Amino acid sequence: MTEPIVLQPDETFVLNVGPQHPATHGVLRVKMTMDGEYIYNAETVIGYIHRMHEKMAENRTYSQYLPNLSRLDYLSAMAYSHGYVLAVEKAAAIEVPERAEYIRAITVELNRISSHLVWFGAFVLDLGGFSPLMYAFDDREQILDLLEGITGSRLTYCYFRFGGIYNDIDEDFIQGTRQFIKRMRKALKMYRKLVTTNIILIKRLKGIAPVSVDMCQRYGATGPVARGSGINYDVRKNEPYSVYSDFDFDVPVFTECDAYARYNVRMEEMEQSLRIIEQGLDKLPDGPVNPEKKPKAIKLPPGDYYSTVEAGRGSFGIRIVSDGDKNPYRLKLRTPTFSNMHLFDEACRGMLIADALAFMGSLDLVIPEMDR
Amino acid sequence: MYRYFSEIFSGLWSLIVGMRITLVEFFKPNITLHYPHQTVKMPARYRGHIELIADEEGKPRCVVCGMCEKACPSGCITLEGEKPEGSKKKVLTSYKLDFTKCSLCGSCVDSCNFGAVEYSKEYNLASTRKEDYHFDLLKRLEDRHS
Repeated sequence: MTEPIVLQPDETFVLNVGPQHPATHGVLRVKMTMDGEYIYNAETVIGYIHRMHEKMAENRTYSQYLPNLSRLDYLSAMAYSHGYVLAVEKAAAIEVPERAEYIRAITVELNRISSHLVWFGAFVLDLGGFSPLMYAFDDREQILDLLEGITGSRLTYCYFRFGGIYNDIDEDFIQGTRQFIKRMRKALKMYRKLVTTNIILIKRLKGIAPVSVDMCQRYGATGPVARGSGINYDVRKNEPYSVYSDFDFDVPVFTECDAYARYNVRMEEMEQSLRIIEQGLDKLPDGPVNPEKKPKAIKLPPGDYYSTVEAGRGSFGIRIVSDGDKNPYRLKLRTPTFSNMHLFDEACRGMLIADALAFMGSLDLVIPEMDR
Repeated sequence: MYRYFSEIFSGLWSLIVGMRITLVEFFKPNITLHYPHQTVKMPARYRGHIELIADEEGKPRCVVCGMCEKACPSGCITLEGEKPEGSKKKVLTSYKLDFTKCSLCGSCVDSCNFGAVEYSKEYNLASTRKEDYHFDLLKRLEDRHS
């Protein structure tokens, strides 16, 4: 008869979470050195879905690179395209009609809500609650239908063009969006009752996975992760781009630094996005959505250009180095999840494994975006 | 002591509230479709694979300028044309689309100055053979008009 395995008191073992694991929501691998139920050390390993997006940019023209941006973060694709077109427009000095900028802001905010809804459903699913996912996807479906109606695509929109947008919005979209705002406000109240005040969720998240301000700054964390740690930083407010300075909205900041704070930031953000969309629809000016003379072949003057936007997960920066050719010389993508994820290694030491998975969910990781 | 009991009661209450919402949702009508039997109508702007547009005579509007071929980020489009004797315009002889590489970005339709390509509304395109996605768009156009 074989002897049962008895671990020595100071003995650790390695637990592989991923690359195929439902809690990592993609092909992320976390090598955890465990001391019983507690994490002694963790190491995140990426590279399983690397597609060389930055290298691809060097081999194609500026407009040919547009579809790539939607493939970074498939949940809030609009914001990433927005960052890119803003960078190129700034460099090439292309004027954008005001109506186009408003439509961009409206669609980006709709996309932000849909992205947060997926996160909400999946996060609660990670914690063991199934039905909120169904409700969240029902609401998200309304957004996807609206965006499909104007862009023709449900996930990888490729809607923005240099100097404008692909095509104008119609009356159906405006009416549909107004109805959606009403519906979503009701749904957010329901989520509050069903999930936010639920005792199980509070017990799982309150005081769990603290991330200090110092740690956020050291790793360069942005977005809801930083705002959940009390850092009042939102690119839309701090460095307003597009028409965001015309809108009246608040930046939710929570100082508790725990997973529950990060959860609350995102729930509040959805409400603020609804406010922006509502104001955008009210203020929507008439006029063309593309410049009179559509820019065809774009060549940027030699130089170094940087532009940053607030994507669903934090600040997304794009740096273009041009040598005057029709292709970029170098294109660097600064994606928010890449920075947000790397604080996981340090912050999860000494944590229970169940809490670490709740922590990972609260970071809202999208793997293709960090591993572009 | 008071906090301990109040937490128990508020916790229990939150569970009851949650159960009530779930129960109300349970009796709401079904919102999903039974796919093969019911289908969704594609919106007017749906971006499927591209299709050539014919003029009044049923001939393609394409003038073989090659803008779509150049605009495509993935090189899915190959087209050929020739000048018949005594004619100034080029005539399209072959228009091939490799749909396996296409990412449906719409650059080709955008770049066309002659309104010669449009999006199809087709989305039921499952197949196990790669060759099924190598479309001969000229032949498809002729089939539609014959």
